[in-house]
Amino acid sequence: MSAILAVRGLQKTFGSVVAARDINVAVPPLQTVGIIGANGAGKTTFVNMITGHLRPSKGTIVFCDRDITGRPSREITRLGIARSFQIPQIFQSLSVFENMCAATAIAHAAGGLPAQLLTPWRAPGSLRQAEAALELFRIARYRDTPAATLPQGVRKLLDIAMAVAGSPRLLLLDEPTSGITIEEKFELMDVVMSALKDRGITVLFVEHDMDIVARYADRVLAFYDGAVIADGSPAQALADPRIQELISGPQLKPATRSAGHA
Amino acid sequence: MAPRSIVIGMLAFLLAAAVAPALPTWLVSLATVAFANALVVLGLVILWRAGLVPFGQALYYAVGAYSVALITRYSGVRDVLAMLAAAAALSGLVGYLTGFLLARYREIFFSMLSLALSMILYGVLVKTETLGSTDGFHVDSPTYFGAAPQGGMRLLVLFWLVLACCSLSALLVSLYFRSVAGALAIPARDSEIRLEFLGVSVNRLIHLNLVIAATLAGIGGALAAIAVEHVDPDMSYWTTSGGFVFVTILAGAGSVAAAFVGSLLFELLKSIAYDVLPGTWQIFLGAVLLLTILFLPGGIGSLFMRRRRPEPAS
Ligand SMILES: Nc1ncnc2c1ncn2[C@@H]1O[C@H](COP(=O)(O)OP(=O)(O)O)[C@@H](O)[C@H]1O
Ligand SMILES: [Mg+2]
Repeated sequence: MSAILAVRGLQKTFGSVVAARDINVAVPPLQTVGIIGANGAGKTTFVNMITGHLRPSKGTIVFCDRDITGRPSREITRLGIARSFQIPQIFQSLSVFENMCAATAIAHAAGGLPAQLLTPWRAPGSLRQAEAALELFRIARYRDTPAATLPQGVRKLLDIAMAVAGSPRLLLLDEPTSGITIEEKFELMDVVMSALKDRGITVLFVEHDMDIVARYADRVLAFYDGAVIADGSPAQALADPRIQELISGPQLKPATRSAGHA
Repeated sequence: MAPRSIVIGMLAFLLAAAVAPALPTWLVSLATVAFANALVVLGLVILWRAGLVPFGQALYYAVGAYSVALITRYSGVRDVLAMLAAAAALSGLVGYLTGFLLARYREIFFSMLSLALSMILYGVLVKTETLGSTDGFHVDSPTYFGAAPQGGMRLLVLFWLVLACCSLSALLVSLYFRSVAGALAIPARDSEIRLEFLGVSVNRLIHLNLVIAATLAGIGGALAAIAVEHVDPDMSYWTTSGGFVFVTILAGAGSVAAAFVGSLLFELLKSIAYDVLPGTWQIFLGAVLLLTILFLPGGIGSLFMRRRRPEPAS
């Protein structure tokens, strides 16, 4: 089975900080990969390089047999890689529905600026798709709420729903459950995973909570200091006491897990 | 399916054209300049939606004005449509070229860069003898489809032409706002990152808006030059640009119609202030701007704009 995403010798340095060192990963289609690691381990940097937000210092990224290393993010998006953000990137001055409409309208106007000029903003097809997406992600009751006033969990879901509007083949979620309560985390992941089900999307998600990783991931990548130190099934990875120690941090400072945001 | 606001707007332009012969000359003359300038304001409304405020939009206004002035001076062309087309093309081209630079900047950097570019043109115009230097030069009257109206008819025909340009521009801009590209200006202001990750090039989008705004400003400048039968470097000066920003705040960036109402109101206020308070009219205008910002931050447009809610598919 050929990989949908293949990363070879990926490296990223910020001055003297090494945020990614020699990362080699191949992800087969339809796998759900959990990415774990302490704050500052390089998880976001990894996501940023794959999605074109950061240019790698070294190495190659191949998506569907096409080299996408260093391509601009909008081009990578059009090729079929979408993402959500640790801090949700939504349009603050629009309502939830208008946010969703923006995403579906862009998806309907495929073909760049000329198509965007000729496609109506309120085309029935994209409006219907926007309504359906709000239902699918269970945020339809916030339809007319201004995005600036949304609770964190809804912001996260809207961010993900917008990312999925373009029917990506690969979806990267950067800490989809950060900043919400433990009970809500499972709820949110249930909504997201059932919305993505049967759509043929390969998912990589960054997550701090081991229980969530164990429940939703087929495979775990453990990051430490810019390197992948473990790559295997969740059971394997989570049973390894060395990983427990490095990822979750020594048990003496449990507070950092909920307080820190990169 | 023509949305109601577009139909109402077009009827308003028709009404203005119909009553013009019955109006006093000073008012028609004032409205001619007001509506010519409203085209520049319409361009500013487009940019304002994307969060951009150019302090140097008079650059394209002057390019349009000097285009028609130079045509009447150095060529035999007098046809008004040919002159307007040339002004639109040239200002659009200048907008396209400066756009490569401007589209990469935001906020105050964008505003000041726009100002800087306009001051370069001002400097060139002031220093160039063949362009009339600081005095500028006279603009001959154009012909309208071969006819050269005289006396009172000349003003009236020009006013009708201005109304035609305004209604066509208003219609096209309304349609533009209803397209995906036009509607994305507001999202672009909120989160460029999200737009890029939806596959949109925000710089290209802003570049397009810059070209549209520059073209509108050029047509406005051309019409203003024809109306006052004169061009001079002040048309590119920063106070002219500031005036357009003033009217944009007064009008509010909410709607197309507000650009025209705001511009007309501004010219009326200016002429009233000029008559009533000859020495201190700037104080009056300053007070109006202050009151607008304090009590009507959405501008005049917010008065007659119903809160728009997205309607479901019909
Ligand atoms: N844009 C940047 N400039 C400089 N340093 C950065 C930048 N982005 C990330 N880093 C550094 O790279 C390291 C990895 O960061 P990041 O990928 O955000 O970690 P994580 O998402 O795992 O918490 C950290 O030391 C961080 O400070
Ligand atoms: Mg991170």
